Amino acid sequence: MAYQSYSDNKALSLAALMATSLTLSAALPLQAYADDFLEEVEISGYIEPELRFFSQSPNRPGQDANDFSIAGEVTFETFWDDSDQWIVVKPFARWDMRDHERSHWDLREAKYARVMGDWEFRIGIDKVFWGVTEAAHLIDIINQTDLVESVDGEEKLGQPMVQVSTTQDFGTFDFYLLPYFRERTYPSADGRPATDIPVDEASAQYESSQEERHIDFAARYSNTFEDWDVGLGYFQGTARDPILNPGLNSSGQLVLIPYYAQIKQVSVDVQATKEAWLYKFEGLMRNQLGANYFQASGGIEYTLYGIFDTPEDLGIIAEYIWDDRGEDSGNPFSNDVFAGMRWALNDEASTTLLGGGIIDLDTAALSLSLEAERRLGDDYFVTIEARMFTNTPQSDPLFSYSDDDFLQLRVAKYF
Amino acid sequence: MATKALNFCSYTLGLIIAALTLALPLSISAALAEVPGLPDASDPDARGLAIATESDSRDHGFKDSQANLKMILTNAYGETSERELRFLTLENVDPNDGDWNLIVFDRPRDVKGTSLLTYAHILEADDQWMYLPALKRVKRISSTNKSGPFMGSEFAFEDFSAQELGKYSYKWLRDEPCGERTCHVVEQTPQYENSGYTRQIGWTDTTDYQLRKSEFYDRKNQLLKTLEFTDYQLHLDKYWRAHNLKMTNHQTGKGTTLTWDSYAFQTGLEEKDFSKNALKRAR
Repeated sequence: MAYQSYSDNKALSLAALMATSLTLSAALPLQAYADDFLEEVEISGYIEPELRFFSQSPNRPGQDANDFSIAGEVTFETFWDDSDQWIVVKPFARWDMRDHERSHWDLREAKYARVMGDWEFRIGIDKVFWGVTEAAHLIDIINQTDLVESVDGEEKLGQPMVQVSTTQDFGTFDFYLLPYFRERTYPSADGRPATDIPVDEASAQYESSQEERHIDFAARYSNTFEDWDVGLGYFQGTARDPILNPGLNSSGQLVLIPYYAQIKQVSVDVQATKEAWLYKFEGLMRNQLGANYFQASGGIEYTLYGIFDTPEDLGIIAEYIWDDRGEDSGNPFSNDVFAGMRWALNDEASTTLLGGGIIDLDTAALSLSLEAERRLGDDYFVTIEARMFTNTPQSDPLFSYSDDDFLQLRVAKYF
Repeated sequence: MATKALNFCSYTLGLIIAALTLALPLSISAALAEVPGLPDASDPDARGLAIATESDSRDHGFKDSQANLKMILTNAYGETSERELRFLTLENVDPNDGDWNLIVFDRPRDVKGTSLLTYAHILEADDQWMYLPALKRVKRISSTNKSGPFMGSEFAFEDFSAQELGKYSYKWLRDEPCGERTCHVVEQTPQYENSGYTRQIGWTDTTDYQLRKSEFYDRKNQLLKTLEFTDYQLHLDKYWRAHNLKMTNHQTGKGTTLTWDSYAFQTGLEEKDFSKNALKRAR
């Protein structure tokens, strides 16, 4: 309940969030010293205003050419028992001037964890990442994507779980029991960037009659063999990526209705690290609605260190992304090539430039992104991001976004 | 040993030594203070290696250590910025392999929680993983970036990696006074690939066998940086650690000062505290 987003309430109060989290952490079994404990809580976080400018005219009346929003995240953490036990609570919230679906809050983390010898246990809300490639994160399945935060899909919603991990001589095993499903977030009819037909989250449908209460299960084995890092994963439960079916909402308007299927999938991820070259592959085999299909992504990352006798590094990334369902998969990356560059100045301000493009080899659609970031002083961090969708034919799944090119500026103040 | 040898000396040799004793009291006292058994100046390579070996052996058996580090970066205009990190180190008992360490970044705040796990090797590339807390992602990274700046500072990654004996070849240059002490001046040349240095010159004192100063020469053999070690403190009655390190870059005018505190040794760290899962929960 605590982790359900309340997108309707625009008046977000961080103070209320902090109070909620403190109550939550105090309610967990803390053995004796609850008083000392609260004194030991470390608090950190950031607050980050954001401006967005869209270069093309909107295609819906509620949409606009610019947007302002502000986000904040606070981390409360406390460790005891020689750091073998800890509690972390991390609420996140955003208020958006135009998009009420983008105004939302979430508990990114709210977990108790304990290490006992070679074993580690976690219970609560947490985030887990699987995978090695940079452009698409195909096998990363534990957490739902918080799509309103970023179209690149890298922002995630907190996932309730019970996790058991053990590291042995023959590798690391992680087991996850996922008792509650989180629906993907989508912008409202007023939000941008967005699909031309808005997604109606409220009418989401499920294959399982248990809907979001279906208990999912996942496991992962990983190990390192000299230059090779290898992982094997298994997941069964509710797909994180819904199928979007056109339909009518309660007021009779055309909307896209998310349908969450039950899936079983196995995945593999491999990285070979050979001096300045990284070779990466990740792939999955999934069974969904009676059909089996395969998705994979692989490529290289090469870094030129100290270019032109400066401290600067230039990294080059090239990856190929494949989906054997082809172009009608709803997944925009079915036969695509990504090429990117990362230029790190390695200066005091950690100035970094990231530029990349994904080209669809079937439709020739091209999406470009450029990110620039640096620190200002000790506590401020500035990020500028530009995204462009060009040459996108109607047949391409990204066509909907092709009138949503934007420039985004974020300035975070850390505390 | 020097006094023993005198018994068998001829009268003339005795006179010469007496004269030298008067003329060069410093170098003689240096020779007397150094550890017994060092090869003499006629074999500078052997003498250099023996000095480095002695210095290395003084650190054997520390098992593990934990310490906090504050870095102050100063640019050419005198403006400063700060970094705070925590270091965990596990001694590798295998003399043919390097130590393990885990570095956790606390400041600047935007990188809080980022951590770096390194299994150092002698001549082969180190194994290195980085944990990015915002994505909860552990990423194996290339360790060929030896000469790159560490967190934008004047310290390169290779300046932070474990100073394993086998990483360099050594050549003794001379003995000379260094402050109130006497130092062996030894040139060391990296044997591993991708170093940013052609050579380093180190001043190791003849009583505790600790580095007091180092000079770094860039790939064009120009003097690049000087590192001064001060505020040495003795831990567990055996292990010396400099608590203040000052690096000056002569080519850019920038500098970085490291201040170590809360050193703790033999804290019971084990291999499992240096796993990829441990990297994710490091604090």
